[in-house]
Amino acid sequence: MITQYKVMPGPEHFLPPSAASMGNALPDPGQGHIHGTIVQEEQAMEEAARQFLSAKVPTLFPGPLVLWAWNDKAAKKAKAVRHLYETIKDSVTSTQTAMLIPMPDYRPKYPKINPEVEINPNHPNLTIWHNKIDACMFVGVHCHQANLSLKIIRGGTSCYTVAMCAQAGHEDAMLSFRDATADKIIRLADWVKKLKGSVEPPK
Amino acid sequence: MSKERIKIAPELFDIMPPEYQDLVEKATYGNETRGWKDIGSAKELIEEHSLCAGCPESMAFRYILASLPNPEDTVMVGSTGCTSLVFPHVAVHNIHSLFGNQNAIASGLKRALSVRFPDRHKDVVVLAGDGATVDIGLDMTLQAWFRQEKFTTICFDNELYANTGGQESGLMQKGFVAKMAPVGKTFEKVRLPEIARESGCHYVVNCTVSKPNLVEKVIKNAIHIAREIGPTYLQLYTPCILEIGKNSMEGLQEMRDSEKPSERFAYKEYVSEPAKELLTEMAAKEKERKAEAKRQLASQTV
Repeated sequence: MITQYKVMPGPEHFLPPSAASMGNALPDPGQGHIHGTIVQEEQAMEEAARQFLSAKVPTLFPGPLVLWAWNDKAAKKAKAVRHLYETIKDSVTSTQTAMLIPMPDYRPKYPKINPEVEINPNHPNLTIWHNKIDACMFVGVHCHQANLSLKIIRGGTSCYTVAMCAQAGHEDAMLSFRDATADKIIRLADWVKKLKGSVEPPK
Repeated sequence: MSKERIKIAPELFDIMPPEYQDLVEKATYGNETRGWKDIGSAKELIEEHSLCAGCPESMAFRYILASLPNPEDTVMVGSTGCTSLVFPHVAVHNIHSLFGNQNAIASGLKRALSVRFPDRHKDVVVLAGDGATVDIGLDMTLQAWFRQEKFTTICFDNELYANTGGQESGLMQKGFVAKMAPVGKTFEKVRLPEIARESGCHYVVNCTVSKPNLVEKVIKNAIHIAREIGPTYLQLYTPCILEIGKNSMEGLQEMRDSEKPSERFAYKEYVSEPAKELLTEMAAKEKERKAEAKRQLASQTV
């Protein structure tokens, strides 16, 4: 199915459609997608690195699958996520603020979450608005919750979303990888390092 | 049984919100002697709850969660009602079932867990209100008992449908007038504890939650008996202070008044013969454990 629908930074509108329902397809192994267009993984890596380096507040949102050391792979990925965060932090200018904000679980919290210290999939826009986040990456978030969050973010904010998915990728992110491993996260960090200084910082 | 199962990745420990750090460092997972006395001195498995101020159900929830013998390997099955407002804050696996079918869900769950983890105790605990247990879900409740499913059913009996504004329920007492039952109930409170006994439950208790040590004892008994022998049932009076016209501070007194010998929540217990044997064994083991702990303490002192 050929689709004209592009997954772009919002705010799109309240309740945006799921990109899958608009005909956007998931990438095959070795590929990623940018705004719904399937590209080679390296191209997606470069674009993600550019987005981080050109954002005022590039942010990583690690989810429960990497926050909790429930197996060796998860522990390795957590290490890689930290490495990526430190790399972004070292690569941006003093006018930019890199952040690392956890999504510890998916419970709807009452009366509200503290957007300074966490993000919740049921209202991710609160954390994004509060911290003025303009580019983010989800990693280690279960697919259903990631899709829910990505749609809410697209619907109500202008934040650029990247998904580092361990499964088949996310159509609802503006840029998505698939089959995420610790090595892949480190490769993304290498791209950030490689492009350091070559991307114009935000004004 | 240990905290190893909930270890935070060391590289990301510093960014976790403090309540999660506390859960890992100060919760009572893996502590075989955990109980209500840990409340206030250890991290509880229930975060802030969204129930009304002074709600006896919130007390019951805290005592139950503090008393689960094996919280890392326990799955709680809830149903629609005030309890479902609390489950999102609970650090124990839980499933929200459709209204009334909680015992059917728990049956399948318990069987699946027994197949998947044959060498590990996996406890299943149903926790639902009286509407879900006795009215809409009575079929599922009874059928699970008939089939001798090995899990515990706890009914938070507040004697009406509190969450939806005070409709009449099967466990409401005869003659009671509620906001949405203005003519008063015309028939007697359903005697579910007796029905539970006749339906094959091996341990049945009817009481209030005014005494935390008693709640701890019955929860532990019920879960151990369900694990080894067969179904158990606890009916706990958790009055809805709003629906019976009480203030926040009056919930405890309401329970105390209702557990007097002639009242409907006077302590009643039924234990089957196999369950009695198990409890005797457990008591002997507990005695031995305490004696051993005492011996160790004495040797350390010397």
